Amino acid sequence: MRNTQLKTIAAICAGVVLSVVGCKPKNAGNAVSADAAAKTYVAPGKYDEFYNFVSGGFSGQMTAYGLPSGRLLRVIPVFSVDPEKGYGYSEETKPMLNTSHGFVPWDDLHHTELSQTNGEIDGRWIFGNANNTPRVARIDLKTFRTAEIIEIPNSAGNHSSPFITENTEYVVAGTRFSVPMDDANGDVPINTYKKNFKGSISFISVGKEGEMNLAFQIQTPGVNFDLSHSGKGPSSGWFFFSCYNTEQANTLLEVNASQKDKDFIMAVNWKKAEEYLKAGKGRKQSVKYAHNTYSDVTHSATSEIKTEVTVLDAKDLKDICYFIPCPKSPHGCDVDPSGQYIVGSGKLAALIPVFSFDKIQKAIAAKDFIGDYEGIPVIKYESALYGEVKKPGLGPLHTEFDGKGNAYTTFFVSSEVVKWNIKDLKVVDRAPTYYSVGHLTIPGGDTKKPNAKYLIAYNKITKDRYLPTGPELAQSAQLYDISGDKMQLILDFPTIGEPHYAQAVSADLIKNNSVKFFKIEENKNPYVAKGESETKVVREGNKVHIYMTCIRSHWSPDNIEGIKAGDEVYFHVTNLEQDWDVPHGFAIKGANTAELLVMPGETQTLKWVAEKPGIFPFYCTDFCSALHQEMSGYLRVSPAGSNVPLLFSTGKNLPAADAAEKK
Amino acid sequence: MKKMMLIGLFGLLIASCGGGNSHSESTANPAESVTKETTENGNPAYDPNRGEGKFKDFKAAPTLDATQAENGNKVYNVKCSSCHKTNEEKLVGPGWKGVTGRHTADWILNFITNTDEMLNKDPKAQAQLEICLVRMPNQNLSDDDAKALYEFMRKNDGVK
Repeated sequence: MRNTQLKTIAAICAGVVLSVVGCKPKNAGNAVSADAAAKTYVAPGKYDEFYNFVSGGFSGQMTAYGLPSGRLLRVIPVFSVDPEKGYGYSEETKPMLNTSHGFVPWDDLHHTELSQTNGEIDGRWIFGNANNTPRVARIDLKTFRTAEIIEIPNSAGNHSSPFITENTEYVVAGTRFSVPMDDANGDVPINTYKKNFKGSISFISVGKEGEMNLAFQIQTPGVNFDLSHSGKGPSSGWFFFSCYNTEQANTLLEVNASQKDKDFIMAVNWKKAEEYLKAGKGRKQSVKYAHNTYSDVTHSATSEIKTEVTVLDAKDLKDICYFIPCPKSPHGCDVDPSGQYIVGSGKLAALIPVFSFDKIQKAIAAKDFIGDYEGIPVIKYESALYGEVKKPGLGPLHTEFDGKGNAYTTFFVSSEVVKWNIKDLKVVDRAPTYYSVGHLTIPGGDTKKPNAKYLIAYNKITKDRYLPTGPELAQSAQLYDISGDKMQLILDFPTIGEPHYAQAVSADLIKNNSVKFFKIEENKNPYVAKGESETKVVREGNKVHIYMTCIRSHWSPDNIEGIKAGDEVYFHVTNLEQDWDVPHGFAIKGANTAELLVMPGETQTLKWVAEKPGIFPFYCTDFCSALHQEMSGYLRVSPAGSNVPLLFSTGKNLPAADAAEKK
Repeated sequence: MKKMMLIGLFGLLIASCGGGNSHSESTANPAESVTKETTENGNPAYDPNRGEGKFKDFKAAPTLDATQAENGNKVYNVKCSSCHKTNEEKLVGPGWKGVTGRHTADWILNFITNTDEMLNKDPKAQAQLEICLVRMPNQNLSDDDAKALYEFMRKNDGVK
């Protein structure tokens, strides 16, 4: 009986799928083959095979999707406040967004990079860059939370970041906008760019526990650094940065920075730079930058302002930086899994130059230079070139690799992904994208060991791809199956903010390390209440500290009186739950900040100013049990100077009984 | 297409064995509960006096271990006191007075360490849930915490 029913249902399902495919109009949609649904189907309750960490662009956040389903798993707040999670609003998280400019609630996150060991993804952390107010963030993949943010001095527009060396020794940050150095007088006419503006490349060391430290900077001529990638294998010890505006234009860059036939890829010998640093060749420069860290033990962040950086000057130290000419404003700068080939993508070019690391080394040894650019040697193009991919498409941007000898490059202008062979430089396949693709990702596609089952293209324009939503449309990701010879488009999914670079990794490397809750015994927040017996309300002048607990489904205390208008009230909320997926949310009427979302075992604090007398309800915002609607309380505010005593209790403040003070 | 059908069928199968779990409000990974239900089917001899969990034939000493009871009191303060009083009065959950007489040691130890599974299948736990309507949170007690708590319950019930 049951079997027959199942077969009937299956047949109906199959019929529906077939008829949908059959009705597809003959447009961009029919680029999808009939088995696409089966390839991306992940049954309810089943896990995806890959995590996909996508930059949120102007949302300032990072998102985690499951692949191949394209299901959104989490938005990780990084550089922008997130009222939903209380990030940047709770007293504990506010310091994360501190900078030398004060509290900055927004930024623009462009690139993500997973930590590596021996050139392979290790699943410990993922880094993200802030493009606007230059910073680098480290997200802990045990908690999917931002663990650390470091600001970059001498920088503006931190674009060629946060790419890492193959053992995560360093994460780099190159300036997009050259500017006068922080210790120079910046009050100069803008058209003195050539004289006063400088570029900088920062090397941030990453410790065993992930802790970041601004190890040194390399000062360079004023240009716009765009993207970068570490060498690996034979080219380990080198880093490659693309740059444009070698014209050093300060206005109408659209025209004035596109004058030259070739700009540069800068090869940096960072091992050599380390030697110079050790030998004391750096200049200690006085700067100001914030370094913020979050502790999962105190459940709070601290922000420290640092005041010094060591700067190595590329023009004085002759052999740490070399320029390699690269056609037409290079954007992507990608190194193949062998570490031998460096692919530059001139975004206005109709070819892709591929440079050979061996040839670059030989050219440097033979001083095969065509001159210098502000004191930096410029290698002869032909001497560094392995070859060019001819007529691959229009507007190459970024390249990733499959580890089987192929490279995949996105073409913004011609809206396509092109697969080409690294050895013979011949195009082997091309697939359209919808539309105007920017970055792309293959799991491990910029490492020594790609896991090339899928390719994801991140599109800037979606136009007619989804139901219209007014003037602003979602941007999108498109998933291709690349396990065969031909790329096969199997899924579209909309994204949060604007996706730039993204990375993907086998879920096995991450899912088993996921923290399920914080142990209440280990909570060292100074305002924790470990159990209701530790709850209390303490007045310190006009500051009132409420040590509060929550568990399904009540607050303790939930009746609070004796607060006076003008008081600064701090709700220190400890979630006593010790199970997975049971956060409680705290909200109080009139709060001009946000809610708190408190994870099991955690303490978070909301500051709330009592503005006027009255009764102010508070409640739990995250549905927690059948009695969630009952999870609420009242706070009474009396006029300033009133003598209403400070009272607090749970379940005792009954009409007939004494409003007994809890001791 | 065939693959699609197979996957579809598989999905239905999962749905048909997961039904017993529809009251669950939280936490349980669906895949996990499927396995648990299956084990139950394979093992129909459920002992309602013991419950389900790792504790079996636990024997408390005839006299109280005062140190353990004190440890249990500490755990109680952090993880239990929000919902349970030590007298007969029900707060969110039932009062603890007399609990060691109402249930066996195994049942209590299993219930406080294997809460979700017990709430899903144990008749007494489910009857209590109908009264309280809040599923007892799994407070992730270690075995030692659980034993200490049991000793504290015994002390509360007058064991010297």
